[in-house]
Amino acid sequence: MATLDSHATYRPRGLGVSVGQGVLIALALLCVAGLLLLPLLVVFAEAFGKGWAVFVAAIADPDARTAVWLTLTVAAIAVPANMVFGLAAAWLMTHYDFRGKQLLGALIDLPFSVSPVVAGLVCVLVYGVNGWFGGWLDAHGVRVIFAVPGLVLATVFVAFPFVARELIPLMQTLGNEEEHAARTLGASGWQIFFRVTLPKVRWALLYGVLLSNARSMGEFGAVSVVSGHLPGLTNTLPLQVDQVYNGGSASAIAAAFALASLLALLTLLTLLIKRLVEWRHGGELAHPVRRH
Amino acid sequence: MRNRAMPGFGLSLGITLAWLGGIVLLPLSALAWKAGSVGASTWWAQIGSRRVLYALQLSFGGALVAAAIDVLLGLLLAWVLVRYRFPLRRVCDALVDLPFALPTAVAGIALTALYAPNGWIGRLLQPLGVQVAYTRLGVLLAMVFVGLPFVVRTLQPVLESLEHEVEEAARTLGASRWQNFRRVLLPMLMPTLLTGFALALARAVGEYGSVIYISGNLPMRTEIVPLLIVQKIDAGGDTGPAAVLGAVMLAASLLVLLTVSLLQRWNRRWMEVG
Repeated sequence: MATLDSHATYRPRGLGVSVGQGVLIALALLCVAGLLLLPLLVVFAEAFGKGWAVFVAAIADPDARTAVWLTLTVAAIAVPANMVFGLAAAWLMTHYDFRGKQLLGALIDLPFSVSPVVAGLVCVLVYGVNGWFGGWLDAHGVRVIFAVPGLVLATVFVAFPFVARELIPLMQTLGNEEEHAARTLGASGWQIFFRVTLPKVRWALLYGVLLSNARSMGEFGAVSVVSGHLPGLTNTLPLQVDQVYNGGSASAIAAAFALASLLALLTLLTLLIKRLVEWRHGGELAHPVRRH
Repeated sequence: MRNRAMPGFGLSLGITLAWLGGIVLLPLSALAWKAGSVGASTWWAQIGSRRVLYALQLSFGGALVAAAIDVLLGLLLAWVLVRYRFPLRRVCDALVDLPFALPTAVAGIALTALYAPNGWIGRLLQPLGVQVAYTRLGVLLAMVFVGLPFVVRTLQPVLESLEHEVEEAARTLGASRWQNFRRVLLPMLMPTLLTGFALALARAVGEYGSVIYISGNLPMRTEIVPLLIVQKIDAGGDTGPAAVLGAVMLAASLLVLLTVSLLQRWNRRWMEVG
């Protein structure tokens, strides 16, 4: 009997698998365990490897606490900003036809394809001392690069498309009939947006915001270029991990992993909520090609 | 146009264009302008330098190989996750997203800890004479890690929607399992596999955080282009040299993006005909 029973998907079969399937499943498990699970486990193992005291001391360090605070601040600005943009872009892309729409769609996706380091570099070229606006900003006493505004700009750039990417395909699939019905009944634009569209797409919105937030809090390459690495001033948590790690000694590395474990916890939390949303509200999400 | 009846066109267009222009287009054009204005001698000094050439070779060569490995591993994972039911399947499916969600710096130091000569895996490889950390193999490993979810997540919906009838017809006509895979499934999956390849490639070429710890950053051996860009910016002074390398990276990503959009158009036509 051919083992590639293509209807296998439709009924749970437990462990009743053939040898061929068993080998493929074993290979896949090995791949997941070795390539994906071990890196996650090693973070926690290294974080607690030198004992609780080292872990607590690393977290309680004033520079580490400032870094946590800065990471939260940057995300608190970048995520809502990108959410507003994502909603506007999705509304625009799914309610109107206009020239250049396809190009606009491609441009919204662009930051996903740009190296984080290039994202940081372009911020320096615009806002740095010798950049386009650098002279003007300097004359007015505003620091962007090597300061918090630069961190926010770089973060907004790399986390730019997440919300729009979730919303646009979903809103295209759902169509506009309800919005048009509401319009016919005399609803205003804002009423339609808050009472019709937003409830329809709320889970996809949460999904996009979740991914956007994970990226904003975890970004390293882009912020590394614009931060200047001033401990206690412009180090976000990933940058603090980098700096502590580069201290090189065994205790420095353990401290770096202790801070990294906070970010790994954030990752686990993100994946957990993501799964929950997919599980409970999968039908209300877009089913596009996933490419975060 | 009928659609214009819906209010909010001006506002949503305004927000979108302002945000896109200010955050993405203006900075990217600053890069193009800077790279265009530095002159041929700066370009030659960068692109002609052996250290940069080695880094370009490693970044692009490594990313190509890593994306190819991702296609193989990703096909295996997507196939097993979609077609088979087994314990821990949901956990495995969730873990595929890990490289998306784990901050790159954390992934970088974690991979280094695993593959360093005294690490969990490095210790096992040491007697075999294989060293991963601080070699090109380590760079490749980190690139495979970050690119893998792109292939799996691109393939999964397509595998789920594939018509079972086609495979069944092939089997009824006497095709072996291998023939079925080789002649029926693989051609149908080809556009998707290429899309996944291109996405993994784009990510691997530009990757910074996951690579720079395990690579050890030995000049002419394990340096990648994003690292050189950071070094050139950190050196201070003229941003021209960094802009030149940044422009090369940007051009490469635009090329990959264009390829992906062409592939997806091809894919759509394929699906419509099929």
